[in-house]
Amino acid sequence: MPEWNLKRFIGVAPLLLLAACGSSPQPSTQVTASLPEAHVDPATAGTISGRILFEGEAPVMPVIDMGSNPQCERQHKSPVRAQTVVVNTNKTLRNVYIHIKDGLAPAHWAPPAEPAKLDQNGCVYAPHVQGIVEGQALEILNSDPVNHNVHAESQKNPAWNESQAPRAEHKFKKFGNEEILFPFTCSVHPWMRAWIGVSSHPFFAVSGEDGTFRIEGVPPGTYVIEAIHEKLGRKEGKLTLAPSGAASIEFSYGS
Amino acid sequence: MAANNVYRRGLHQWSILLAVCTLFLVVAGGVVTSRDAGLSVPDWPLSYGKLMPPMEGGIFYEHGHRMIATMVGIFTIVSMVWLWTAEHRNWLRKLGVVALLAVITQGTLGGLTVIYLLPWWISTMHATLAQLFFSTTVAIAVFTSRWWLAEPAMMSEIPATPIRRLSMLAPILVVCQLALGAAARHKAIGSIYHICGSPIVSGVILWVCLRISVHYSGNHELRRTALTLTTITFTQVFLGIAAFMTRIAYADAVQPMPIMVTFTVLHVAVGALTLASSVALAIIVQRNLVHRNLTLEVASA
Repeated sequence: MPEWNLKRFIGVAPLLLLAACGSSPQPSTQVTASLPEAHVDPATAGTISGRILFEGEAPVMPVIDMGSNPQCERQHKSPVRAQTVVVNTNKTLRNVYIHIKDGLAPAHWAPPAEPAKLDQNGCVYAPHVQGIVEGQALEILNSDPVNHNVHAESQKNPAWNESQAPRAEHKFKKFGNEEILFPFTCSVHPWMRAWIGVSSHPFFAVSGEDGTFRIEGVPPGTYVIEAIHEKLGRKEGKLTLAPSGAASIEFSYGS
Repeated sequence: MAANNVYRRGLHQWSILLAVCTLFLVVAGGVVTSRDAGLSVPDWPLSYGKLMPPMEGGIFYEHGHRMIATMVGIFTIVSMVWLWTAEHRNWLRKLGVVALLAVITQGTLGGLTVIYLLPWWISTMHATLAQLFFSTTVAIAVFTSRWWLAEPAMMSEIPATPIRRLSMLAPILVVCQLALGAAARHKAIGSIYHICGSPIVSGVILWVCLRISVHYSGNHELRRTALTLTTITFTQVFLGIAAFMTRIAYADAVQPMPIMVTFTVLHVAVGALTLASSVALAIIVQRNLVHRNLTLEVASA
């Protein structure tokens, strides 16, 4: 390579490097925008419900050491355990995200006007797992007396990392692409972790303290239902929902 | 010793201070990665929009790392100016400039990796350049020492067991191994590549050191440096195994686990020492051993 070319390359390389760094994926909303608006006939809509069972011995979650920030520790009367695998007393599994994976007619589902909420309280995210619809606002609160950084570790949506001062103004964030699930983390308090599922439709739920879930207002049809747990992975099942009917499904995880 | 190559005690002590502070900086950087605190301060060059944010949780480690880095940067500027004004060896003055450019690049990489959310290739470059910069500061400390300026204990390279080129291979392999380790730490590749590289790098180092101990033991400077490098390498292999085992043992624990952080950070720090001592050995071999061809020329003359 001639010398002037080499010099020019050396001069331009850092700029190319920065330009490459700066290009982040943009939400591709074109596909959903061109779809017809979704409509559910309330007269024929039904309900999908179910339960997430846990077989075997329930793992004991470790106690979180909040010693690196005593203000976090002081907010709890008893030690806080990790929420990675939470088995309820009735041998069911909590914090499993369930959604219709396949079977819905292609349509654009308008996001709810009401924002979903993610709170940082006691240096723990609440809720631990939740779903939102594409384009729905996610309201992020810091109820703690300490600084947090909120890092959305999304892959299909642009990732971001922002600080949030104690009891600062709420943040409102939207995600334009379907992405199930991705973590929210805080590097100030590395034990903090929440999971968000961004769905293209509103038919999702998260298993609760009794391990059950319920998805209402579903149009009749045959669906593939997927259950996702942050550690124990994904499971699928199929069901048919009759007009104005109710269908149920169970998923079983094990240790 | 050339007449204008005067030993400057202050400059040498300053160079040692810079090297020690740089090792401390490498340790601080290792702690940031091990404690997963790299993104606890989302902005750069300020921290939470301030020069001094509240030092809580991960902010303590990330901002602490930035503070030490700033101090090392200032020390490097002083070192460069001192070398440029007081030192007569032109190549050493240039090495001072190289060190300054390296620390500026290092700071920029550190900022970029925060802004772009820890892309593996920037983080890996940041971690690898840290090790190279530390070795540069160690080399400056060696070059400014009274020992370096004194007449070396010269020895001819034995044609049957050459060592000059082999000694250069060791630091090159150590840099590659450190880069693999950094890439594994930043989740670009699996740990298996770093683990597989370990016997190769350790083997070459031991080969070099063994050859020195057996064939060049008459030169006490070489022998002592080779022994030091061997000891550091064995320590490093042990720490690598310990870091890996604790990572497996505490995979399901709430991170960061102090024992895992301790062994991993020690592995990073001793990795820096391995590179620095392999660089020092290569320098001393080049200085103390007369090339075999040169020996032949002198003999024929």
